[in-house]
Amino acid sequence: MRIFDFFRPSKPKETVTSAHHAKERLQIVMAHERAGRDAPDFLPLLQKELLEVIAKYVDVDQNRVEVKLDRNNDFSTLEVNIELPSSKKGEPLRIKASTSREPASKDKPKEKEAVA
Amino acid sequence: MGQIIVMTSGKGGVGKTTSSAAFATGFALRGHKTVVIDFDVGLRNLDLIMGCERRVVFDFINIINGEAKLHQALIKDKKVENLYILPTSQTRDKDALTKEGVEKVMEELRKEFEFIICDSPAGIEKGALMALYFADQAIIVTNPEVSSVRDSDRILGMLAARSRRAELGLEPVVEHLLLTRYDPYRVERGEMLNVDDVLEILAIPLLGVIPESKEVLRASNVGMPIILDDESNAGQAYADAVGRFLGEDIEHRFIKPQKRGLFARLFGRM
Ligand SMILES: Nc1ncnc2c1ncn2[C@@H]1O[C@H](COP(=O)(O)OP(=O)(O)OP(=O)(O)O)[C@@H](O)[C@H]1O
Ligand SMILES: [Mg+2]
Repeated sequence: MRIFDFFRPSKPKETVTSAHHAKERLQIVMAHERAGRDAPDFLPLLQKELLEVIAKYVDVDQNRVEVKLDRNNDFSTLEVNIELPSSKKGEPLRIKASTSREPASKDKPKEKEAVA
Repeated sequence: MGQIIVMTSGKGGVGKTTSSAAFATGFALRGHKTVVIDFDVGLRNLDLIMGCERRVVFDFINIINGEAKLHQALIKDKKVENLYILPTSQTRDKDALTKEGVEKVMEELRKEFEFIICDSPAGIEKGALMALYFADQAIIVTNPEVSSVRDSDRILGMLAARSRRAELGLEPVVEHLLLTRYDPYRVERGEMLNVDDVLEILAIPLLGVIPESKEVLRASNVGMPIILDDESNAGQAYADAVGRFLGEDIEHRFIKPQKRGLFARLFGRM
């Protein structure tokens, strides 16, 4: 602090303060975290039902399923990863599907078809 | 039936134990029979802050395990009437706490005490969950700092979803915000989140603002709850907060920098 500062009434600085940054960052990150908390925890059920459908057609190993929800600013992606038993020979067959959830993302939902 | 109050925060080192000691002493000074329990199993500290560390014989875990009677473990405060301390174990870990065990102790304490204050450990794991599970009211201890505010929000989420009241669909746990280690000078310079910012983000009622104060460390050095130092800002702020908790309408102090003359500004910043 410079000596003259003692005699000047401290005036609020015009520049954006670090406390202001703190508030903004908290508001953004916590909006996300709260949304995640309030969402019904449907993933386990979704996983179970998906498995039941797929099991009608192929033999699937219950442990070879992965359901993941990723939240982004304007859209979320649901990633389902199911490993199927190896067909005939060689590498295991994998099915991978991605769909985006509300609000619809600008880029079209990626439909990745899986291969060996 | 006594009220169970949890002092919780998520983040460590924000002032839960200091606040637990202050509130327990404050309630007792006003004539309410109060017990304060250390839930920080393995890291016993409340006894030091309350100044009764040399009188611990049995502890919370001994009672849960049926190795001692509740009254053998409760320590009656020497300075303040109506005040009791239930220390925790220094040698065991959080797994020593079971819901059934804690519940039995709580039910017994409820019959005898008006206020039961649970000093939570940091974190959001078993120990913290156990401390908040039976709460009727929660005091969320928060520092004006990003990680503390965020962690407080996590704890609010746990109170709303995983407390006993939430699980049984009873009235929700009553929430209070206690903003501690508040430095009005740094707030004024824009270096620290201000009360209104934190209130806007967490959106729970404000119980009190405790200023950063050198006297808190001194009080802990000698094992005297800071609320007994009625000359310190922090002690006065805690006394106000206790009054508000009991329903009194008390204006907030210590939020703005105190006016200081040239002399004070030149010789000593605080
Ligand atoms: N208002 C205050 N002003 C200055 N120092 C403070 C204040 N409140 C607490 N402290 C200091 O902060 C430190 C941590 O306090 P305390 O032990 O009460 O926190 P805690 O939340 O219980 O920590 P833990 O999570 O480890 O249990 C101590 O050194 C204490 O003296
Ligand atoms: Mg503590």
